[in-house]
Formats: sequence, C-alpha cells, structure tokens
Amino acid sequence: MGGTWPLWEVFIRARGGLSHRHVGSVHAPDGELAIRHARDTYTRRLEGVSIWAMRSGDIVASDPAASGPLFEPAETKIYRHPTFYDIPDVVKHI
Amino acid sequence: MAQLVSAGRHDAEARWHPALFEYLLRLGDDSLILGQRLTEWCGHAPALEIELSLANIGLDLIGQATLLLNLAGEVEGKDRDGDRLAFHRDALAFRNCLMVEQPNGDFARTIARQFLFSTYQHAALDALSCSTEPRLSEIAAKGAKEVSYHADLAAEWVIRLGDGTEESHRRAQDALDALWPYAGELFEVDAPMRAAIEAGLVPDPESLRATFDATMTEALAEATLTLPKLGSFQTGGRAGRHTEHMGFLLAQLQYMQRTYPNAAW
Repeated sequence: MGGTWPLWEVFIRARGGLSHRHVGSVHAPDGELAIRHARDTYTRRLEGVSIWAMRSGDIVASDPAASGPLFEPAETKIYRHPTFYDIPDVVKHI
Repeated sequence: MAQLVSAGRHDAEARWHPALFEYLLRLGDDSLILGQRLTEWCGHAPALEIELSLANIGLDLIGQATLLLNLAGEVEGKDRDGDRLAFHRDALAFRNCLMVEQPNGDFARTIARQFLFSTYQHAALDALSCSTEPRLSEIAAKGAKEVSYHADLAAEWVIRLGDGTEESHRRAQDALDALWPYAGELFEVDAPMRAAIEAGLVPDPESLRATFDATMTEALAEATLTLPKLGSFQTGGRAGRHTEHMGFLLAQLQYMQRTYPNAAW
C-alpha cells in the first residue's frame, strides 16, 4: 500500500514565531493524510504547533553538478561575513 | 481507632455513587480491549506510517484505560488497581462492548471498527465532561481530545477506502456489514446505566445519537458506502457475555501477569 504512495516532505513549526523547518518525509496517498501521517510520525513528543507537507516531486533542487558555479565563487568573499567590526563590550546580544 | 477507620470508609462510600464502579469498568474496558487489538498491528500494518497511526491510537486508549480502571479500583475500595483489574479478571467480569473485541481482520475492518467506535466514544466523552463526578469528567475531557483525532483519522480512511478502488470499496462495505450489528449495543441502556444516567453521572446515550448519526451519514455518503438494514443488534458485552474472540484476546493480554503474578520491571 505504502509502496505506491507519493512521498511528502514534512516541515514543522516548533513554536509560534519560529519558521517551519524540514524534519523528514512520509508516504501518503494525498495531502490531507500526509498531514496526519506527519502528525503521527513527527509530533508525538510535542515537537510542533504547525505542520506543512508538500509533494517531494514539487521541490525544485539545484543540480549537484553545478555546485562549482553556484557555490564556489562565495568561497573567496569572506568580507561578506560581518566579522570585521569591533563590537563594544556593552553590546550583549549580537 | 476502629471508629476512625469505619468513619473513613463511610465517607468513601458516601462519596461515590453506587453505579460508578460498573460504569468505569465499561468505559475502561472499552479502551483497554480496543487498545490491545490495535497493538496487534505492530509489525504488520500495510505501511510504516499506518503502523505509527494505529499504535498511537492504541497507546492513547491504553492510557485512558489506565486512568479509568485505576479510578474504578479506587471506587471499588477492594485493593484492586488498574493493573489488577486488567490482568486478573476473567472474560465474564469484563464489561466492554462486543465491537471492540472483534478481530482486526484486514485494514478496512480495523478502520471500520475504529470509525464506528471512535465516533461514538467521542460523543460520549464530550458529553461526559459535564458529569456530576469531577474525577470522571476530568478523565473524559482529556480523552475527548485524543478521540476526536481518532474519529477524524478513521473517517478520512473510511472515505478513501469506500471511494477508492473497486477492491477497497468492497472490503470497506464488507467491514461495515460485519461490524454494524455491534453498533446498537453502544447506545443500550440497562438497569445500571439507567441508575447512572438518573444520577447525572453519565449522559443518556440517546442524546449522543444525533451526533453519531450525522457523522455516519456524512462520512458514508462521501465514502459511497451504505449501512445494512438490521432488525436487531448483537448485545451482551456489558453483562459479561462476550463473543468467542474475547478469551483469546485476554490470553494474550494477561499471559505474563497470570504466569508470573505481580511481576514488575
């Protein structure tokens, strides 16, 4: 039964104010049951307050073969990390 | 000292309504036996996700049974706790309805049983949260939230099986035909039940009918399934007259405690 069902990616919002985070995937015949399967699989220990499910097939992914042009140019641009500023001691939360 | 003890006992007797013990057994045994049935799916469900769903429902039910049977033991006042009541009674002393002891069968049969029972149980627990017995209404309020999900999940599956393939439709209809004869007992009112209703302890099952019927009609129409027309229903579980399946179920449920009494870990 489960073998012929599509795969759904599951995203859980742990608390109000946080964003949904990917936690795993479930098989389900449709979206409504994907939510229920996700509830039964991933929120048994109070992990979340909201669930998103989307068809794994609907995700557009980057091509691993293109990782050179996509990601390597950033390697030499360390100035994009804001690490060159002196933070005054009185500033605690940054 | 003797006087104090007897005064204490008198207080306890005055506190509990005489019909309460019997009614707690009915509720607790319903949850315990169906919970036990659902655990039989562990390792056998048609998909991993369904296995988790069924086990979660089973665990919810066994949790309810623990609360209800512990309270039953307390009300009875004969030094029996929930475990004692679950593991050391024979079939004749069990008060669950016949529906919950019916075998799992195929997935459609398990889902139909869950749909019928959870729909009834949700209405019953919802109404019980107004019971005049606060300990009972607290347990009912907690259970109602769990069972609301059970009923919802079962209805979703009934719709998908009924309105699915030709084979799933046939299996779902077979399941309903086989289990519907046990639905009447859920609404039965016998003498102990009448006493509990009149004390405001429990709702009159007749008042749950409208909700139950409405859910049946709506879900079954969407599922393209029909309820069989019946002249009479199977009954007897509330009086301890169970179907032939009950002994086998209890043998598995009680084996450890019967073989090694009071074993703990």
